[in-house]
Amino acid sequence: MPKRKDIETILVIGSGPIVIGQAAEFDYAGTQACISLKEEGYRVILVNSNPATIMTDTEIADKVYIEPITLPFVSKIIRKERPDAILPTLGGQTGLNMAIQLDESGILDELGIEILGTKLEAIHKAEDRDLFRTLMNELNEPVPESDIIHNLEEAKTFVERIGYPVIVRPAFTLGGTGGGICHNDADLLEIVTSGLKYSPVTQCLLEKSIAGYKEIEYEVMRDSADNAIVVCNMENVDAVGIHTGDSIVVAPTQTLSDRENQMLRNVSLKIIRALKIEGGCNVQLALDPDSFNYYIIEVNPRVSRSSALASKATGYPIAKLAAKIAVGLTLDEMMNPVTEKTYACFEPALDYIVAKIPRWPFDKFESAKRNLGTQMKATGEVMSLGRTFEEAILKSVRSLETGHFHLEMKNSESITDEWMKKRIKRAGDERLFFIGEALRRGVSVEQIHEWSQIDVFFLNKLQNIVQYEKVIQENPFDKEVLYKAKRMGFADKTIAKYWDVTEIEVYNFKKEHGIIPVYKMVDTCAGEFESETPYFYGTYEEENESIRSEKESVIVLGSGPIRIGQGVEFDYATVHSVWAIKEAGYEAIIINNNPETVSTDFSISDKLYFEPLTIEDVMHIVDLEKPKGVVVQFGGQTAINLADALEERGVKILGTTLEDIDRAENRNKFEAALHEIGIPQPLGKTAVSVKEAVVIADEIGYPVLVRPSYVLGGRAMQIVYNEDEIKHYMENAVEASPEKPVLIDRYLTGTEVEVDAICDGENVLIPGIMEHIERAGVHSGDSIAVYPPQKLSQKHIDTLVDYTTRLAKGLNIVGLMNIQYVISNDEVYVIEVNPRSSRTVPFLSKITSIPMANIATKAILGQSIVQQGYKTGLAPNSPGVYVKVPVFSFAKLRRVDITLGPEMKSTGEVMGKDITLEKALYKGLVAAGMEIKDHGSVLMTISDKDKEEATEIAKRFYNIGFRIIATEGTADIIQKAGIPVDIVDKIGSKGTTILDVIQKGNAQFVINTLTKGMQPERDGFRIRRESVENGIPCLTSLDTAEAMLRVIESMTFSTEIMQKQEVRA
Amino acid sequence: MAGGERMKTRYLILEDGTVFKGNAFGSEEGTIGEVIFTTAMTGYQESISDPSNCGQILTFTYPMVGNYGVNPDDFEAIEIGLSGVVVRELAEQPSNFRSAGTLSEFLAAKNVPGIEGIDTRKLTRIIRKHGSLKGQLTKAGEEVKVEEIVQTLKSTKIPRNVVEQVSITRPYPSPGRGKRVVLVDFGMKHGILRELNKRDCDIIVVPYNTSAKEILGLYPDGVMLSNGPGDPTDIPDAIEMVKGIIGKVPIFGVCLGHQLISLASGATSFKLKFGHRGGNHPVKDLTTGRTELTSQNHGYAIDADSIANTDLEITHVALNDGTVEGVRHKKFPVFCVQFHPEGSSGPEDSIHLFDQFIELMNAVSKKENLHA
Repeated sequence: MPKRKDIETILVIGSGPIVIGQAAEFDYAGTQACISLKEEGYRVILVNSNPATIMTDTEIADKVYIEPITLPFVSKIIRKERPDAILPTLGGQTGLNMAIQLDESGILDELGIEILGTKLEAIHKAEDRDLFRTLMNELNEPVPESDIIHNLEEAKTFVERIGYPVIVRPAFTLGGTGGGICHNDADLLEIVTSGLKYSPVTQCLLEKSIAGYKEIEYEVMRDSADNAIVVCNMENVDAVGIHTGDSIVVAPTQTLSDRENQMLRNVSLKIIRALKIEGGCNVQLALDPDSFNYYIIEVNPRVSRSSALASKATGYPIAKLAAKIAVGLTLDEMMNPVTEKTYACFEPALDYIVAKIPRWPFDKFESAKRNLGTQMKATGEVMSLGRTFEEAILKSVRSLETGHFHLEMKNSESITDEWMKKRIKRAGDERLFFIGEALRRGVSVEQIHEWSQIDVFFLNKLQNIVQYEKVIQENPFDKEVLYKAKRMGFADKTIAKYWDVTEIEVYNFKKEHGIIPVYKMVDTCAGEFESETPYFYGTYEEENESIRSEKESVIVLGSGPIRIGQGVEFDYATVHSVWAIKEAGYEAIIINNNPETVSTDFSISDKLYFEPLTIEDVMHIVDLEKPKGVVVQFGGQTAINLADALEERGVKILGTTLEDIDRAENRNKFEAALHEIGIPQPLGKTAVSVKEAVVIADEIGYPVLVRPSYVLGGRAMQIVYNEDEIKHYMENAVEASPEKPVLIDRYLTGTEVEVDAICDGENVLIPGIMEHIERAGVHSGDSIAVYPPQKLSQKHIDTLVDYTTRLAKGLNIVGLMNIQYVISNDEVYVIEVNPRSSRTVPFLSKITSIPMANIATKAILGQSIVQQGYKTGLAPNSPGVYVKVPVFSFAKLRRVDITLGPEMKSTGEVMGKDITLEKALYKGLVAAGMEIKDHGSVLMTISDKDKEEATEIAKRFYNIGFRIIATEGTADIIQKAGIPVDIVDKIGSKGTTILDVIQKGNAQFVINTLTKGMQPERDGFRIRRESVENGIPCLTSLDTAEAMLRVIESMTFSTEIMQKQEVRA
Repeated sequence: MAGGERMKTRYLILEDGTVFKGNAFGSEEGTIGEVIFTTAMTGYQESISDPSNCGQILTFTYPMVGNYGVNPDDFEAIEIGLSGVVVRELAEQPSNFRSAGTLSEFLAAKNVPGIEGIDTRKLTRIIRKHGSLKGQLTKAGEEVKVEEIVQTLKSTKIPRNVVEQVSITRPYPSPGRGKRVVLVDFGMKHGILRELNKRDCDIIVVPYNTSAKEILGLYPDGVMLSNGPGDPTDIPDAIEMVKGIIGKVPIFGVCLGHQLISLASGATSFKLKFGHRGGNHPVKDLTTGRTELTSQNHGYAIDADSIANTDLEITHVALNDGTVEGVRHKKFPVFCVQFHPEGSSGPEDSIHLFDQFIELMNAVSKKENLHA
């Protein structure tokens, strides 16, 4: 069917900020969708609050609105733009929910706006538990039996009917509090009783447990002519019970016979047809490992994380085609964009296996519960392609950047058998490595299967790997053994360890004997048709298909999996760098391993290598491609960390040299450089031992800021207030060594300022200066950044420009740099220089219309800033005020303390822009998901050091009509200032406690500041978590609280009594 | 392969001189055959036992084969006509609740040689470029003289009596209470029989060389012409037989059966460069406009231009290369498809064609009843 001609303008709703469960995959899907609709000649209006995405670049849509995805704002945009239709199925759950709200509000009917793609009715049917169940019953398709129960008797009746095990889910409790799995009557008594107690409506959902079933996914597509296909099927290595986003997943399925495969394929197609999906859809099924029994777990009636994975796994661009289906095109008339010779209506055939491993944030959140379950906790993922499972899984392991290069973990000898068993039974992020260890200790595959319920097929493969370790160890420099090891995916680093040699020796030996990888094309058709896709993966086989082009090339290293501290911002810069390289006339080659992102869309670069970002894997590509050089400054710390080894092997690092990178990152060299340039920094030194640290801290004077060198996102950064704390830190939080010293700095309080700059070696362009709302001490990624600065004096701005220029030149920066300053006691200090792209590059680029990564890349390739048509120095301010507000995923991570500090915790960001700071902040906070109430109560628990400041804030809240609730200590001081306070009891008291206030929703805001120091402070922690769990904004920085207060003040009027007239005698 | 044990070396040598060195599994013997590839990712047991592959050496493009073992249920024939199997990695430790043994054990028992550990994508690309070619799987553990083998390969003629090899010699019934169907076995997949059985047909399976008279003498409500190996022009008697039944009884043909109906109606066939083999081939049904994913396994096809001068009309075309995938007779209740509506292995999107066959038989009987 030809495309629709009756619509012209289409509104696309994005997915908003990156949170756990909704990440970069929607930048990929949304970007593809917008480009694809523009290709078809439609006018595309985009709304998305996330500035860090390619999607919100002005070239992607005809009009881009970076505004909150909330009913009032999207309605405003709709009234202004009058689109003919809305496409909501490519913006994740956020996009869908927005469409539903818009529909319910009546605006779509009022203005005659159509919803494209899957209809809302179908979305309801897929997402509403009861409607879905009804539909499945109509289709005669099984869903796990379940029932709502109100007492133990009803629970027993249910169990009599369906048997154990059953899952208990108490109704209306957050995060499944009080629920669990029951295997027998005793469990049932205990868990149902507690579940009913926790449920405010005294009811629980009982569901037949299908934990242990195989979890199988089908990515399906359907068009309006009822053509329906399966793009990819996937098998979770982890059995049902762990969220698929937290599971190790392979594609295609491995342990299903054709009969099982066709059975589940038929079911998936039947469901997508019954739902009348027009676009992409994900069907999750549970298959009994011992029979043909299956259940439908869930249907996502939209493009999802799994569909991004399926697209990258097969090469088939689901989102792109889903967008075209939405405007009426059908699968049998569109070409397969990979082969360009065959049609889109087909099912990709893979001649490789794909393995995906999630990347979890537990390295940053030591206190978090590392157990995996039905709530997704991963922030990102890596994918690898190989010709065997062993190869694919080991390539994924070394892509994770968690310090693992093999199925081995640090300090494995200290792990007890008991602990190992526990960590295999109760899945956590490191289960794969515990299994490796168990196999090494001789635990049988059957035993591990019993513990983990992982299919023995996969365990046998892991066993193959572990068994071959010995063969490698016993046969140093044996060509055949080495070849086989490489074919099984062993890393050079692992082999070097077994042979007790350096990694480079293994690499050279390999090259000497011609043991090098070849690159195979991802072509969707297993070689059946000729294809020109520039999408490759490495493997040890005979025929290489990646042919070096005549054109001079440049390799860009991507940023790997999304994690806290290294988010989609770095993918944004990577993509722009690739585009700039192409514009400059070179062949742009990218290496990356993250399936969620735009950079790994094969249509972005001239050539995509989907490979691990380790020195070995990168070098093999460099050997083949012989590029002009490698660009490392856009791929975050992942890429920068490879610079050293690359240069050591004779590879040219383009842009800022390795030596100068080191001058910025190595503390002592940096200090020397600053001294030379004449720029002050807070007093500080490096320590390599506990003893040394204590001496240095004494010299500098407490409080001090401590952190390891060479890290991103402030990992393990802390403010410590005394000797005990610094000892504790040195002993527990970091591993200090002469190669990795710990930095100890004087902690200066004051305004934190962030500057990004581009230098071409001669001149410096500073697109803008950002001022943080939160004072120094809160990680810049977790602070609200404001552009342009609102409080800085011209004198300080001049100093910042001067310092930045001198630093850029003094450090010989060629390309991007990012500098953090603190202004303390009217003096500007430099805290940190990052000789690379930063988190704020997309934000600033969008505000200033200066394409920073593009200019920087061209500067790296030899075009001066002036030649590129830009003026040097500080760019003039763009009109308006812009704020970047961090977004956290705390609700998903239990037991994580939400308090802001030097270690970054946010997963994403939004932008708010308007004509005043207050309006911009309002938009930013609302877009970040905060509910700003203009009246109600504020619950305050303030540490002693902050009480004076907090009193001021309390007074202002009171003036605009808020009630103040506080515990005794805080209340005393506030009351002394003449402000009425409702006193509540501390946790554990008999009366109404703080927790009651929070749980009952009697406070609209919670302000809680941390007692100084890091001693676990249990009451504060509980207050903060309780706020998160009850969805109440909890502010742990008085600066954030003050900003919020300013917003509310600007929204309301204060009321003042009239001064009494004095009657004069 | 697991780290431990060593397998014997085996070579796959192609007539163009390409040599692949790998590990032997299955039978220790050597074999010669046409080297073909399938892109299906599941269903190796069905493909290996598919009589249409008689005399051929089958390469799986999916690299890991044997993962779910071999089970007693999923065979498409009792005897194996296939000459050899080529895989990248053979699974020695399969896992599936129905698995009754490994693929290697099974092939050894059936005396079919296999090679594993070779770059099957390279092989596939060679076949794609040059078209299907002859190849030899050498004896396990034996060193070879490549030149000699290439010479032998060049002079080797692919046997043309493959249908005879895989068909039956005597008829047998598969009783039911419904329509009586005579099913002509040219190398039939069990999947076809299974679908007719599901529809309660009263089936008599007859050998490929049964005459039209003999078939009509069984008083069928319909005749089903099965799939089978090789070139349809190699069985002229069968073409004659089809000529003799067209117009006398409803006919449904699949794969080779489709080619025989077309040839009997005056169309011509040709050899495809490297065939259609896999489970992901889109076919457009011109009567409904809908595209369905089909399972295919054929090296020959009917020339679309040759249909014009016949009483046939094209009903199905391959979406990708436009080749004929199905025709029907303009005057008589006869239709057929080049692909495998029975799936096994592969998608079952077109399984409704068997219902269509039943309906066709019903419609004709009704008419006959009216005339009576």
